[in-house]
Amino acid sequence: MSQLELKRNKALEARFVADEDVLKHISDNGGVKVRKDRAQLELNIKRFVKKLENISDDDEAQEILEEQNYVAVLGACAEASELAQTPGKNVTFESSQYPEKPASTPKSSKKYSASNKAELKSKKNEFVSTTPYRLRKRLTAPSLRSDSESDYSASCSEEEEEDKDHKETSDVILDQKTPSKTRAAPASKKTPAKKLKEEMTSNLVEEYFEAHSSSKVRTSDRTLQKLQKRKLDQQTLLVLLNKAPPAFTAELKELNQQHESLFSKWMLQLHLGFSIVLYGLGSKRDLLEKFRTSLLQDSVHLVVNGFFPSITVRSILNSITEEVLDHMGTFRSPLDQLDLIMKRFKEDSSLELYLLIHNLDSKMLRGDKSQQILAQLASLPNIHLIASIDHINAPLMWDQAKQSLYNWLWYETTTFSPYLEETSYENSLLVQQSGSLALSSLTHVLHSLTPNARGIFRLLARYHLENKDNPSYPGLSFQDFYQRCREAFLVNSELTLRAQLTEFRDHKLIRTKRGTDGVEYLLIPVDNGTLTDFLEKEDEDI
Amino acid sequence: TAVRFVNKKCYIRARFVYIYLSFCLTDYFSQGKNDSEDSGLRFATCQLLWKQINSETEKIQEELNKQLFDNLIHFLRQSHSELQTKKTEWMCRMKSSEIPTAALVLGVNVTDHDMTFKSLSEVLQDNVTPYVVSLQAKECPGIKHLLQKLMGQLMDCNVDVDSSEEEECVNISQKKIRCSMASLSKWYESVTKKTDSETPSKKRTSSSRHWQSPPIVVIFKDMESFTTKVLQDFIVISSQHIREFPLVLIFGIATSPMIIHRLLPHSVSSLLCIELFQSLSCKEHLATVIDKLLLTTQFPFKLSEKVLQVLINIFLYHDFSVQNFIKGFQLSIVEHFYSQPLSVLCCQLLEAKKRVNSLSHNQCENIRSLPSFRRYVESQVSEKQIALLTEDSFLKEVTQTLLEDLHIYHENYFTVLRCLHVFTTSLPKYPLGKQIRELHCACLGKSVWETEEYESAIQLLRMLAKDELVAILQKCAEIFISSSGKQFSNTVEKLEEFLARFQNLEAETSEVQDVSVSSQKELQKTTDLYHLQKTLLALKESKRSKKLTKFEMLRFEVVDFIDSLVRSYLAPAEMQTLNEVVYFNTANTLREHLNAAPRIALHTALNNPYCYLKNQTLKSDVGCISNTAPDICIVYKLHLECGRLINLVDWLEAFSTVVTAVEGTDPDAVATDQVDEIIHARFIRAVSELELLGFIKPSKQKTDHVARLTWGGC
Repeated sequence: MSQLELKRNKALEARFVADEDVLKHISDNGGVKVRKDRAQLELNIKRFVKKLENISDDDEAQEILEEQNYVAVLGACAEASELAQTPGKNVTFESSQYPEKPASTPKSSKKYSASNKAELKSKKNEFVSTTPYRLRKRLTAPSLRSDSESDYSASCSEEEEEDKDHKETSDVILDQKTPSKTRAAPASKKTPAKKLKEEMTSNLVEEYFEAHSSSKVRTSDRTLQKLQKRKLDQQTLLVLLNKAPPAFTAELKELNQQHESLFSKWMLQLHLGFSIVLYGLGSKRDLLEKFRTSLLQDSVHLVVNGFFPSITVRSILNSITEEVLDHMGTFRSPLDQLDLIMKRFKEDSSLELYLLIHNLDSKMLRGDKSQQILAQLASLPNIHLIASIDHINAPLMWDQAKQSLYNWLWYETTTFSPYLEETSYENSLLVQQSGSLALSSLTHVLHSLTPNARGIFRLLARYHLENKDNPSYPGLSFQDFYQRCREAFLVNSELTLRAQLTEFRDHKLIRTKRGTDGVEYLLIPVDNGTLTDFLEKEDEDI
Repeated sequence: TAVRFVNKKCYIRARFVYIYLSFCLTDYFSQGKNDSEDSGLRFATCQLLWKQINSETEKIQEELNKQLFDNLIHFLRQSHSELQTKKTEWMCRMKSSEIPTAALVLGVNVTDHDMTFKSLSEVLQDNVTPYVVSLQAKECPGIKHLLQKLMGQLMDCNVDVDSSEEEECVNISQKKIRCSMASLSKWYESVTKKTDSETPSKKRTSSSRHWQSPPIVVIFKDMESFTTKVLQDFIVISSQHIREFPLVLIFGIATSPMIIHRLLPHSVSSLLCIELFQSLSCKEHLATVIDKLLLTTQFPFKLSEKVLQVLINIFLYHDFSVQNFIKGFQLSIVEHFYSQPLSVLCCQLLEAKKRVNSLSHNQCENIRSLPSFRRYVESQVSEKQIALLTEDSFLKEVTQTLLEDLHIYHENYFTVLRCLHVFTTSLPKYPLGKQIRELHCACLGKSVWETEEYESAIQLLRMLAKDELVAILQKCAEIFISSSGKQFSNTVEKLEEFLARFQNLEAETSEVQDVSVSSQKELQKTTDLYHLQKTLLALKESKRSKKLTKFEMLRFEVVDFIDSLVRSYLAPAEMQTLNEVVYFNTANTLREHLNAAPRIALHTALNNPYCYLKNQTLKSDVGCISNTAPDICIVYKLHLECGRLINLVDWLEAFSTVVTAVEGTDPDAVATDQVDEIIHARFIRAVSELELLGFIKPSKQKTDHVARLTWGGC
């Protein structure tokens, strides 16, 4: 495998350097060219038909031109169909694309039919997704660019076809596919870069409408699973990232030193009644930590990690009332709590609190009510707030009233440091959730229960796992469950079972759902891997 | 598990170690700057100045609101007196259960409202009634909360009346009675009875300012934000009880009075007897603030043209908030004193002269390095130049006179500026701006007489009518007389002479009038169109060729005089020696801190990391992807090339292609698999960072796809 990988990389290297050559190579290739023409043909037809339908007051000359195009493309089309009808030519096309391995005829013909299908499909896609505007642009664009554009769509269809191959043919073809794929990627990614450069300024707005004009989007169908990249969990991710060489250390250090020179100014301004908000690319956590350790050691301060997924304003208020004000007692609402805090801070002017909030714009804190409460806290003269924001739309959280309560001073602190802590909680697409959190909570809760209750849960978990491959599994119906529990001598009445279930539900261990027939179904909202782990552990304990 | 994370989430250091540090802010003040010259003194001056300015702004606000509050009190008194005197009328009014309501239109500058309401409730509590309740929409999501707030504030606010009553109040609040209108009216009855029966004499003496049976005033601070239902319910319920206690409502309105009818259906609004009050517009407020804070020699601190422009722009284009303007002013004071070591001299003239004497050598060097001072030195003779650059004592002497010059410059400047403003406001189309602040900006920045606008203004001045000109001259004379400067006595004399000459013109002009009258008569005679045209042309010719009248001569003279005043006194501040001491001119910092553009900063950092990381390898053309750029920049740029959905696999591949183009220089590396893993990890990190920043979000439309969220440049 490693040998293969090496080879692939080598191939990638060679072709990547000769980018233009690759382009030329593709465009020289008859098969691709035909495809390209056909693609254009489709577009032209569409445009033509559209024109006819509209019967608008378009230029006649334009129309004639269009017609000419149409005829020309029709010719190409005929040629293409001719090409398509002779399998021999197709074979040569295949071999020219994969010069390393001469493919055997039966296989390739099979593949050919597959590719034909894929081609049709891709064209259909294109037909739907292109807008007249885009089309015109493409037609009038210089030839090189239009080449590359159609190349892109060609490469797309190619990939689709290869994906089909993957299913149909043996591993040999899979190996074949890799060079073409890697070659396609740089070709498709590099050329739009040039295009972007040219049109960067002209169509910022159009870009938006273009992307949203059709409901369908043209992207390739490749998935991570096929790439045979296993999902990394948080731990391995960290380990791997630590291996990556750090870049620009000197420059980053200089940036940080610039920011650190502002610390005393921040302190001054905090004391003069301003709040400070830090923005800019890069994690500002370390910077704030440094600020805290260097200047706030001897004063009362509260650090709020806003990026933590279960933080609430309530918990912030609680820590202020309990830890700072030593007030033991409950409040009916956060507003009452806020009232008390404000009263206490107004009465006692010697009381001072520094509030450091990492990521004030996190999902949990960005709500209007949370921001209102935090703003009112910040408006107190003896609470000094210093916070960081990262989201591009973060300033939209605040209306005029809130802004004046916060009394912000903005400081740009671009650090370029990675958002390690901040993203570690994010349920990232590519990171596999370890489930360790859920597992520990499961064991914790279950340990505090009676053996019978544990048995009830195990019963449900087993049933759940037995049905894990059934996609239409609705859950275990309550009556069914009751019956099973009775048989296992776990409960003696429906009432006791219900009492147990309430307990589970309170700890979010189970979820109930009413089916279409009105029957209550029980589900465990934990992923199967965790559940299996849990059962194994339980079995060990017993 | 939740507990475990609460600890992690919020932790507090030094819980009870309230070390009341002997730290003073001065430490922070001095730490920042390396040359911490006179930082203590500087900070004290800064604080003192800000305190003065703050109290001045409060005074301005008070004065501006006085008229409004007087009207409101009058309204309250009226609605109250009807209860007292015209019992019958009040009765019939009660029958229809109308609640007297003041609709207070305050304008869109929501941030300033708080101040207004604060002073309003203070004024009302002092003069009308102790029972003033302010409610905010965010405190009252339901009618229950509203009543709770209302009761709570009422119970608190009569504390000052009687001590025995206070106890009762505590009792009531302790019981947490059901907050209903019935209990409210009971409470009101008990309160008024007590004060009436028990201590009628005492009341008259102690709180004679309050009327008997004072009304309960309920202020809805932000009427628009209240939910309709809460408002409606409250009004309907309280209209049922209006005969038990006199209730007056005040609505704070930011938009237009129409909102009342939009929020309340007719059946509810008919229960109100609404009177409209208009507060002063925020623009006038700002004009007064600028007039009192900036266009005066009272405060030594000055804003340069650019800084003032930034503040005014924030006001005009962002919030209309005078409060924020003052905040910006405060920030500029702090910044000035923080960053300019010589700002220690930015105080009253006498004090400044004293401070000059005790300047250290370093500070003297600071003075010598000021660009304006260098200009001054270069204009001196060589011996004096040497003395200035070498002898500290001589330098101090000169500095004192220069500071005095600067002070005199300001005195003259503001007087002449006001005078010029009187002239320019009378012109059509206002070539130099309608507001004095615009004129001020124009004069501060550059020599105003070199600008085109000034040219056209002077042109227009030469066409002013006589009575206009006389009125303006009179106003100018008043301005010069009221100004303290002695040097304007000549100017006043001159102006008065002009006025006298205009008076003398009266007689002479009558002759001229005769001529015109005769020609007019001629005009009337000719009825033929051809002749009419001819005579008109002839008239025109005669006018053109005619020599200037005496009035016109005099007018030219006046305009020339004004022009000379402008040229001699309205020189731009930057030309003045030592202007750096009192002028704050780093407009950039101000804009950065007050009106930041976080999105643009992010965009620049992602697109062009070279702006921040000064590494030569990062220097690249726009639109190209530098291979060495930080991962997130590469991933960001690749994502810009995609459509609405992005395939993660393609993205990853493109990323690894770009990255390996640099690192892959040694393709024979054995640990290829390892490298791939690392790249994968780096990609994951960069993508999740982009997600955190809000550029992409996971999409369920297709497997392994993310949706792009931003379009266009940033």
